[in-house]
Amino acid sequence: MKAIFDEASAIAVTLTVNGTTSALRVPPLRRLLDVLREDLSLTGTKEGCGEGECGACTVIVDGRAELACMVPVCQVDGAVVRTVESTELESLQNAFLAEGGAQCGICTPGMIVMARAWLAECESAGVAPTVDGAREALAGNLCRCTGYEKILASVMRAAGVKT
Amino acid sequence: MKAFILSNPKSVKDALQLLAVARDSKQAKAIQPLAGGQDLLTEMKEHLAEPDRLVNLKGIAELDYLRNLDGKVQIGALATLARMEKNNLLNEHARVLFEAAHSIASPQIRSVGTIGGNLNQRPRCLYYRLEEANCLKKGGKECFAYSGMNRYNAILGGGPSYIVHPSDLAPALIALDATVFIAGRTGPREMPLESYYKLPSVGDVRTETVREPDELLLSVSFQLPAPGTRSTYLKFKERESYDFALASVALVLGFDGDVIRHARLVLGGVAPVPWRVRAAEAALVGQKADTQTAEKAAELALAGAVPLSGNAFKIPLTKSLIVRAIRSLA
Repeated sequence: MKAIFDEASAIAVTLTVNGTTSALRVPPLRRLLDVLREDLSLTGTKEGCGEGECGACTVIVDGRAELACMVPVCQVDGAVVRTVESTELESLQNAFLAEGGAQCGICTPGMIVMARAWLAECESAGVAPTVDGAREALAGNLCRCTGYEKILASVMRAAGVKT
Repeated sequence: MKAFILSNPKSVKDALQLLAVARDSKQAKAIQPLAGGQDLLTEMKEHLAEPDRLVNLKGIAELDYLRNLDGKVQIGALATLARMEKNNLLNEHARVLFEAAHSIASPQIRSVGTIGGNLNQRPRCLYYRLEEANCLKKGGKECFAYSGMNRYNAILGGGPSYIVHPSDLAPALIALDATVFIAGRTGPREMPLESYYKLPSVGDVRTETVREPDELLLSVSFQLPAPGTRSTYLKFKERESYDFALASVALVLGFDGDVIRHARLVLGGVAPVPWRVRAAEAALVGQKADTQTAEKAAELALAGAVPLSGNAFKIPLTKSLIVRAIRSLA
């Protein structure tokens, strides 16, 4: 990937990540994932498959859950991004701790961020969160350790729903 | 991934001007439009696409809409799949499209993926996606699926390539009699979406549509179905969480009481193009949506199927889906 990142093709991009605005000069097709992890040192977002199949790198871009490995930075100039480091994810993080929703931890940031996007969507649509809804919302997030039950329990705990 | 130049046109006119060089066949693969990128970026990572210039369409506001103009639904190429699966108009009046949009990939990919990209996505055949395999779709001499691993390949319309078209929106939109609008250096043109797709035996085997390299898909439109119309999209996936279709059925039935007056049946995941089956549609009209009628339509729909060594299971699978879809609308 390095070969394409010559200075000549770099573009100016502004991103607001977890409330902090940064101006960057980056190659246009640099992945949002690399900008977050390498340029902004926010290593909470993990790379799993790198091709849009595992959901580990899920971040919230202008309110929508997207895969940071599949988003070129040129398409999100000016965006408001939230990652697992966002303080507003604390209740979900605590729920994952309480329920044992994390094991090896690679999928966890994506799970937490996706769950946050889904819970926000439920709230704005006036829909009560259900386990089935959570299962569907997390369909694009793979976990190889937990068998998902603890993850669903964590999300439902954060949603304030007894399972 | 190899180096390339990125262009950011702000209008369709500017984008078409950039793409005009692709009219020269030597340049055809050197320049490519980029929308949500959920297919193209993976192709570039695997060296399946290596454009010198990418034309980023995301800055073209005039391509991002989903509107209802006096009963005619118009969807711009940049409308996301998430927008379609959350749209009340589609939910109430065009369930087939609503359900098809929801069935695609994962929520994160639906946030970004567009209707234009979905309709133009490239095949998922294992050999096509394998960088090392120089298959027919990549200018090679052989369709390796024909004699190799072909569980996911075509049972209808195959030859000389046996890909299946991966789009879920295409069968649904064809079942709604949708029209597609495209434009290029020689001006705009429109056609039934059904005619947009072409079999591998027609023209260049490497392409799946009649769109020229200098052309852009601008929008899709269809009339909202008449009152008394019901529709559904049934998709069978090997993996329930998210996957491409092993087989799918897009069905639109117009009823007068309990008698079918209008029928559209289009199959996905079984042929190199969305596979509309007129014989089955004709067999449905004038009948009730009962099991006997449904089974007859299913038999007609798969009558010409020729399975490869590893995918005969798709025949009973698709028949079952057709019967289930028809019964669900009764």
